[in-house]
Amino acid sequence: MGASISPALPSKPAAPVLRGGGPGRSGKAKRVLPGFNLTLGYALFYLCLIVLIPLSALVFKTFTLSWDQFWTAVSSPRVLASYRLTFGASLLAAIVNLFGGLLVAWVLVRYHFPGKRIVDALVDLPFALPTAVAGISLTALLAGNGWIGQFLEPHGIKLAFTPAGVVIALIFIGLPFVVRTVQPVLEDTEKELEEAATSLGATRWQTFWRVILPSIMPALMTGFAMAFARAIGEYGSVIFIAGNMPMVSEITPLIIIGKLEQYDFAGATAVALVMLVISFVMLLVINALQGWQRKRSGGTA
Amino acid sequence: MSGGGPALRSNVRRAQAGTTESPVVRWLLIGLALAFMGLFLVLPLAAVATEALRKGLDAYLEALREPDAWSAIRLTLIVAAITVPLNLVFGVAAAWAIAKFEFRGKAILTTLVDLPFAVSPVVAGLIYVLVFGAQGWFGPWLAEHNIKIIFAVPGIVLATVFVTFPFIARELIPLMQAQGTDEEQAAIVLGATGWQTFWRVTLPNIKWGLLYGVILCNARAMGEFGAVSVVSGHIRGQTNTMPLHVEVLYNEYQSVAAFAVASLLAILALVTLVIKSVIEWRHEREMKALADLPPERPPTPQDAAAA
Repeated sequence: MGASISPALPSKPAAPVLRGGGPGRSGKAKRVLPGFNLTLGYALFYLCLIVLIPLSALVFKTFTLSWDQFWTAVSSPRVLASYRLTFGASLLAAIVNLFGGLLVAWVLVRYHFPGKRIVDALVDLPFALPTAVAGISLTALLAGNGWIGQFLEPHGIKLAFTPAGVVIALIFIGLPFVVRTVQPVLEDTEKELEEAATSLGATRWQTFWRVILPSIMPALMTGFAMAFARAIGEYGSVIFIAGNMPMVSEITPLIIIGKLEQYDFAGATAVALVMLVISFVMLLVINALQGWQRKRSGGTA
Repeated sequence: MSGGGPALRSNVRRAQAGTTESPVVRWLLIGLALAFMGLFLVLPLAAVATEALRKGLDAYLEALREPDAWSAIRLTLIVAAITVPLNLVFGVAAAWAIAKFEFRGKAILTTLVDLPFAVSPVVAGLIYVLVFGAQGWFGPWLAEHNIKIIFAVPGIVLATVFVTFPFIARELIPLMQAQGTDEEQAAIVLGATGWQTFWRVTLPNIKWGLLYGVILCNARAMGEFGAVSVVSGHIRGQTNTMPLHVEVLYNEYQSVAAFAVASLLAILALVTLVIKSVIEWRHEREMKALADLPPERPPTPQDAAAA
């Protein structure tokens, strides 16, 4: 943190000085820049303080349970029903987003239409809109007197306060993931390949199926996994619309909250550990998928 | 569209048909995409506005003037004002270390930075209860010294810091990796200090990415519900943030009031999207302008050798 005031930097870096360790990445060049110890040290310190130590509390707390206690907590019928709902609804929502997201990304990249920029900006709404707001407004729409609900209810279709409502909230939450992972890859795909496919006699559908789809597959899967992972942990938007009936429409995060409210810290911790392990696995899967994508795009470039 | 015989025009159309769809399919797909977006994104937004104004503007404003609503707004602003700078400093430090240097364990560190995104918000809240709660690690000690963290503002801040932890770092790391270290090395070699290099070389290069990360972090910090719900204790007028206040009102069947506060959060979301889009468009334009400019920098030795 030397406070010495040296003359202002020239705006253009002079070329000859760089000759030593510039573009050629020699081992020495990496340490020319200062601040490695400070920034890495601070980043690690902060990471431990905010993330790693509190998360380890979860693991240690679980160790205070006997195996039997742990097993009863994470496998009681009510908890098992919540896993089924959380995973089933998340999977369904992620599948809907897989197709819907691909469609939106395709339309945004390939076609021109009025208002395209606004539509493009709106894709990120679920990232920006607080989940509680999404929850109450989706409930208002789908309830018996809501804009959509009033047309469905007479036909015996009930969406709000049922597992179907959970799926709808999770579709909302996961919508941007597939769009935002596929969009840049679709922008980079080379039209030459499609032209070649067409000139070799492929129909448009064959071109899509055999040429375009394989090239966007890693991105598509990454977006799918991200939407799925996000949906599993989601709480705010779901609890308003789910109705939260035990065994029927109660999601796993709500089980944790319920146990906490009854001061069953051990039970809450055990279920939370199960969710944490699943999050870890999903994070590794997403990382692997992103690695696949990098390799794929590196290979074609 | 003009000129060219019928034969030529049909040839052109056939050539284009290889890389796009017929107009019917095109408009069908656009229509489907817009219907999907309209149903899942536009309708909920419209519902917030109409529900909030259902009993007229006066009832809407009355709901916002309520003291509990005000204290929720104040608390939300305070939490965001503490959270965003904390994660900003971390984001810049982590991005500098990860993007500008090679070290062992870098891949693990990058994954760990992303970890809070994968953890359920409810679990995020729970871990702080386990550390600072009455039955937690530091619970007895904190009670002895009369310090409240859980069911108080510090707990809310901690939980919010956790869920918004990766936003800025994640935005900066790929950006700074793509920019490389050449410009910073040049600055250092020319005698600049580390801080000068950061302020005058790195910061101007990353300013848009930084701003982008900050507004996304801010939006999430103000809107976080699950994690904050676990640690807040829902004390009206004291530990209710705006999203929690929305929940309380909604559960008390005060629909107009709930949607009135929710409408403020929806406006926040829309403002966030507008700023984000402006940043993206500016960045696009800058990139285009840069591409149009003749190369300003003298060629590197490698370029010279290749020429």
